[in-house]
Amino acid sequence: MVKKLSRRNETYITLVALALCAVIQIRSGQFFTPNNLVDLASALIVPGLFAIGAFMVIISGGIDVSFPALASLSVYATTKFLLNINYQGGILVPILIALALGAILGAVNGFLISWFSLPALIVTLGTASVFKGVMQGALNSTQLAVIPPGMDAFGKSALFVAQNAESGLTSRMPVAALFLIATLLLAYLVLRYTMYGRGLYAIGGNEISAYRAGFSVKWIKFLLYVAVGMIASLAGLVRVCMMGQCHPTNMLGMEMMIIAGVVLGGTAITGGAGSLTGCMLGTILIVIVQNSMILLGIPTFWQGFAVGLLIIIGTGVSAMQVSRAGAHRAAKGAPQVSRTAKGVPQ
Amino acid sequence: MAELLRVTGVKKSFAGVQALKGVSLAIAPGEIHCLAGENGCGKSTLIKIISGVYAPDEGKIEFGGQAFSKIAPIDAIRHGIQVIYQDFSIFPNLSVMENLAFNTELAAGRKIVNWKRLRTIAEHAISRINFQVDLDAPLGSLSVAEKQMVAISRALLSDARLIIMDEPTTALTRKEVLALFKVILDLKKEDIATLFVSHKLDEVFEISERFTILRSGERVATGSTKDLDKKKFTFYMTGREFEDSQFEPKNIGEKPTLEVKNLTLPGAFEDVSFELRRGEIVGVTGLLDSGRTELALSLFGLLKPEKGEVLKDGRRLALTSPADAIRAGIGYVPEDRLSEGLFLPRSIADNIIVGEIDRLSGAAGVINRSKRAAEIEKWVKELAIATPNPDNACQTLSGGNQQRVVLAKWLACDLDVLILNGPTMGVDIGSKHDIHKILKSLAEAGMAVLIISDDLPEVIENCSRVLVMKRGRIVEKLEARGATEEMISAVMM
Repeated sequence: MVKKLSRRNETYITLVALALCAVIQIRSGQFFTPNNLVDLASALIVPGLFAIGAFMVIISGGIDVSFPALASLSVYATTKFLLNINYQGGILVPILIALALGAILGAVNGFLISWFSLPALIVTLGTASVFKGVMQGALNSTQLAVIPPGMDAFGKSALFVAQNAESGLTSRMPVAALFLIATLLLAYLVLRYTMYGRGLYAIGGNEISAYRAGFSVKWIKFLLYVAVGMIASLAGLVRVCMMGQCHPTNMLGMEMMIIAGVVLGGTAITGGAGSLTGCMLGTILIVIVQNSMILLGIPTFWQGFAVGLLIIIGTGVSAMQVSRAGAHRAAKGAPQVSRTAKGVPQ
Repeated sequence: MAELLRVTGVKKSFAGVQALKGVSLAIAPGEIHCLAGENGCGKSTLIKIISGVYAPDEGKIEFGGQAFSKIAPIDAIRHGIQVIYQDFSIFPNLSVMENLAFNTELAAGRKIVNWKRLRTIAEHAISRINFQVDLDAPLGSLSVAEKQMVAISRALLSDARLIIMDEPTTALTRKEVLALFKVILDLKKEDIATLFVSHKLDEVFEISERFTILRSGERVATGSTKDLDKKKFTFYMTGREFEDSQFEPKNIGEKPTLEVKNLTLPGAFEDVSFELRRGEIVGVTGLLDSGRTELALSLFGLLKPEKGEVLKDGRRLALTSPADAIRAGIGYVPEDRLSEGLFLPRSIADNIIVGEIDRLSGAAGVINRSKRAAEIEKWVKELAIATPNPDNACQTLSGGNQQRVVLAKWLACDLDVLILNGPTMGVDIGSKHDIHKILKSLAEAGMAVLIISDDLPEVIENCSRVLVMKRGRIVEKLEARGATEEMISAVMM
């Protein structure tokens, strides 16, 4: 059991996260307080949703760097439209509009990637710029200081409120946390219990084999980018609601941090391997670093430095594990493995 | 009994190049049929037509007497045709169980994964050929032979009546080949036919009952394997006759050019000493785990031995990288030319000159174009590399020609010692003879050649001396003249 755990990336990342928490707790005494934990959980919602989408794309052997731009565009368009018609209703209509827009924008990615077999990185780099251009040019985006009341109310609604006994500070656990939980559950079920989900892993492992086995590779990929567009839009909407205002460029640039978290959690950037648990742990670790350095009294501009360091160490450890496993097998006399260990794909 | 498969007069061309010029093939139930031919003879095209991947331009295909002019892959599968590709068409990242069961589940149109059912399917699949494997292990952790067994088990699930295996023995050890043959014979008992694609003649003789040989898109021979002998086989394959001749070294250097003294790399080889003179071809042979490859890599600076020394013309070498070895005049042609020896997407020309770029460039480091062109022309001609244009990507060449490009690369560097690891692995007969001829003429020109190989006839015919390794030690040194395969395998095992 211990041996099995020691080989899993999830174990290491949990240990690192716990060690980090312990350090922060010792230094500040403020980490394991109810309000800080709730704050962290609420800060995890948006990156967590983004990470689920990024994770599924990476599993399939693709990459998506357009999701923040996609989310920004669809949620800006949604908010602006609802303000224009002076929408007074609840959160359901904004969600549906954002999901529909997300699906359409995701379909653009999916169409280009699966039907024209273009490299996902190039396509999404391009569409990211296009989405941003449409938002800033065609929609002439500016910061929207007011959002429709339904969205605002949703952002302020809380499942429960946690209070710090000493300082009296309170933190709300947003209702939107349920979205993260629901999406996570859905993604887990799809990836584990549907042929569609196993198909994503199969394509990430070997696309030609997947095609020969009978997976409809094109459709699977197309639907994946549609789904990811929807998840990203949902994340964007949640963010705008929680902030109580819509800042169009606020999410841009998040993609690297999110992908880093996913990879840190043990997902192979080449596709085919990784778990949702790892993906979430990696994201949690990044969120902790981003949000807790202030408790350590470290200036916030060191954040980027710390996250970068974490990624190098995190991915370095797993790369070392892989090469050590390769060397071990090579010593047992399997020549084809020793070649793989030198970094040549089989 | 009706024939399982009959292909008549199939023609196929690609972009004006005629790959198949009217080929016919017939296979009876339970028959073990070998399809042989050199690289580029149209074997793969024929298989792809049988399995429905390509549509033939002309000709017809019959499954069990039913004729088709055009078939889709699904038709072929429905008629029990299963292809086991060289890459086995597997998912290294998924479990053995999933690899076995996916095709069946997808064919049944299932959308939801029932892990219990997957396990039942997988257990059923491996029980057919008595294959023992951990179903939960990731497929990538299996050996090549085990991966192949997974692919065979999977093929049997779809009621296969003909299993087509594309060069199935390329990456297998002798023991694994025998295990594979046993499976093929077991399948025969169930009336399942095998079409075995190979260009290794000993295998053709060992396993197949009937054979078909293609050359340049035409069927040159077909019949019962009993009527075939080595000489005929080689002639059908290549259209050429070869004389087997023992290598006779001429102009052997007086002093050793390479001396290896007590070289030791724990876990790989121990206390290895030998010397190599100009004009000699020395063979190193042994089983896979004998340390032969590690020894070659150490002489090229890719592994660092802990003890012992290597001398070149009496001077001690500090080999810490391939650059050191090249500077000392030592070249290495790797075992796996595809992953180690060539930049496949780059041009043939670039691959030839990559080792001598320094010599071809002027003061500012800019390459002298006319010198480069002259050098490329020289080597393409000298080694008879079959290409219309050296600017084509290396991956457009056949295996034998790729191997020649690797050779050209090293020869262009002006070497004294050339180490070749499995110089003709995966190369067809014609190219094999050509490569042997090149090696012999290199030795005659004064180069010292070291061949690492487990192909015993190759070692005996082409070397002047043979060193046999076993568990990291040189256990026997013998003259190649007079040595037999039995003598060598007796000390090797």
